[in-house]
Amino acid sequence: MKTVIKGILGSAALAVVATGASASTLEEVRSKGYVQCGVHTGLIGFAAPNDDGEFEGFDVDVCRAVAAAIFGDGDAVQYTPTNATERFTALQSGEIDMLSRNTTWTLSRDTSLGFNFAGVNYYDGQGFMINSANLEGINSALQLSGAAICVQTGTTTELNLADYFRANNMEYNPVVFQGFDETNAAYEAGRCDAYTTDQSGLIALRLTLANPDDHVVLPEIISKEPLGPAVRQGDDEWFNVVRWTLMAMVQAEESGITQDNLEEMMASDNPEIRRILGQEADSSIGAGLGLDNEWVVNIVREVGNYGEVFDRHLAPIGVPRGLNALWTDGGLMYAMPLR
Amino acid sequence: MQEHDLSYVRMEMINAREAPLRERGFVRWFRVNLFATPLDTVMTLLGLLFVAYFLPPVIRWALIDAVWSGPDRSVCATVAQGGIQPDGWSGACWAFVNAKFSQFMYGRYPVFERWRVDLTAVMFVALLVPLLVPRVPYKLWNALAFFVVLPLVAYFLLVGGAFGLPYVSTTLWGGLLVTMVLSFVGITVSLPMGILLALGRRSKMPVVKMICVIFIETVRGVPLVTVLFMASVMLPLFMPTGVTFDRFLRALVGVALFASAYMAEVIRGGLQAIPKGQYEGASSLGLGYWQSMGLIVMPQAIKLVIPGIVNTFIGLFKDTSLVYIIGMFDLLGIVRQNFADANWVSPQTPMSGLIFAGFVFWIFCFGMSRYSIYMERRLDTGHKS
Repeated sequence: MKTVIKGILGSAALAVVATGASASTLEEVRSKGYVQCGVHTGLIGFAAPNDDGEFEGFDVDVCRAVAAAIFGDGDAVQYTPTNATERFTALQSGEIDMLSRNTTWTLSRDTSLGFNFAGVNYYDGQGFMINSANLEGINSALQLSGAAICVQTGTTTELNLADYFRANNMEYNPVVFQGFDETNAAYEAGRCDAYTTDQSGLIALRLTLANPDDHVVLPEIISKEPLGPAVRQGDDEWFNVVRWTLMAMVQAEESGITQDNLEEMMASDNPEIRRILGQEADSSIGAGLGLDNEWVVNIVREVGNYGEVFDRHLAPIGVPRGLNALWTDGGLMYAMPLR
Repeated sequence: MQEHDLSYVRMEMINAREAPLRERGFVRWFRVNLFATPLDTVMTLLGLLFVAYFLPPVIRWALIDAVWSGPDRSVCATVAQGGIQPDGWSGACWAFVNAKFSQFMYGRYPVFERWRVDLTAVMFVALLVPLLVPRVPYKLWNALAFFVVLPLVAYFLLVGGAFGLPYVSTTLWGGLLVTMVLSFVGITVSLPMGILLALGRRSKMPVVKMICVIFIETVRGVPLVTVLFMASVMLPLFMPTGVTFDRFLRALVGVALFASAYMAEVIRGGLQAIPKGQYEGASSLGLGYWQSMGLIVMPQAIKLVIPGIVNTFIGLFKDTSLVYIIGMFDLLGIVRQNFADANWVSPQTPMSGLIFAGFVFWIFCFGMSRYSIYMERRLDTGHKS
């Protein structure tokens, strides 16, 4: 049954992609005046409504940055909250222009679902958390043989869990739930020995636990979860805009351009910074993308550089930079040259 | 001279003495209602123990130790959890509900346009209340305004895009607004549709009958979740690119069709309870089909199934939460969505939010239920034996 549905989805996706290629998303976005962006329905740190009902978060700021690059206004975004299943249809059908929803970049999603991932805005990996008050002496996931493990259904997490235990010849009892809240509640109530999800999720989970200090994250990372924004395949112009928006945010951090020092930087003598910010007399930094030459200025002014966005949304909930540090600091964030 | 001048006959009635203490006042009430038999006594004591055991912690959590206002999660978390409360503290986080209240009511409806929702709500109440009170005259005009004019006005007010009102996309709607609009449309569509379907199902015309049976049985045979899911995940794939149905419209259609099918079966139950003599009596008066149904059969049938109708309404009101499947957020959905706000996430937040949502749902459902009891009593013509 599952394969049948997948087949239908796949062939329908192909049909949609075939027609989608003819219309230019960038022109469409320009004419309607905003970016329609698919985000998570609610994920701590990545996308959630604030007290005023405005979406905020790490993934949301990618949408805002794209809007800033095109319109010079980070607020020119309309959000479509999507859940794990409908996110792909929403993008395929053209209901949204881009999907910035904590989506793992995989081969099948890139190919048979007909998407292009514009890059990675967060390198995540799946881990385990246990309650050390109940399970003393456990300090490795390899000791979890026979454990009951809480996991969210319908995610790559569930599949990785199965792979990991099979590869290590261990038994486990999956305790499966639909949403984050139910899974948390079950783990908190002691219905399972361990909880598995992406590292960022485990850190967010600590915020909801009554005794966060009792819970430890085990050192094993059992999967690679590169999360990034996706667009429809076949519209390279739009793909470029989203990809280089991400690059520009990382480059801005690397060049030390922040929201605060933007004015000084624009007047800087450094040729590289002047070029990035479109301040050279014969600048054509935006021409290839079909954008204004000051598109990077707009991104930094409206949203900030990558590090600032990270510090605004993920650092407060306790997420370390880790893999997401700049390459100069030993991380994986590396922008291709903006020239 | 008096007729009976007998000294041993009393001239006036003696005043009745008060009943013995155990036969009056609260003593009697207690004896009859709580301690009538040994079993009753045991049950009462068990009940009291239960209340004594559970009530104080609940009151303590919900009222005494609760936090009523605050800027962020710190007021709802203990020191170990990264907040300011002493360790071991546990209390409701009403501050979360307080901060998010307008969102729970309007969703992400733009702040400067919220007066439009308020105005719609005022009109809704102003037209609903006189409609519900039997003494108020002009019921026909009132009903016409409520069921025909109000939806039109509300449509232009809420959606906008005309008469100088800015357009507000339905993706921004949420909270109680979505719950109310969905239930209102569901209820007002389902009752007439249900009546027609029920009549169709009992019709002697084979085509009409078959269409109604197929519709009712198909809709009742498929879960609402499946239909909403199909409408949100599959439907867009069959449409040309760029052509998208409004999500809210999909939900409205789905909910209305569902409620109609269930309503049809409720009404059919009422129709079947009407004795054959009523139909024959109507015919003998020379009434046609619509007259006999409208004047004789349907008023009696509907009166019989008021509890079933209201039951369907209440079910519909609560089913609106299923629009979560298609990325719309009703009251429950928006409460849950806000659990992810890093500013408010704490161990107490989910429980407090869910209790609030449950309480609001309860108020509406309980109100509908009480009104239906009132209506049943009022319409009771003593036919029930």
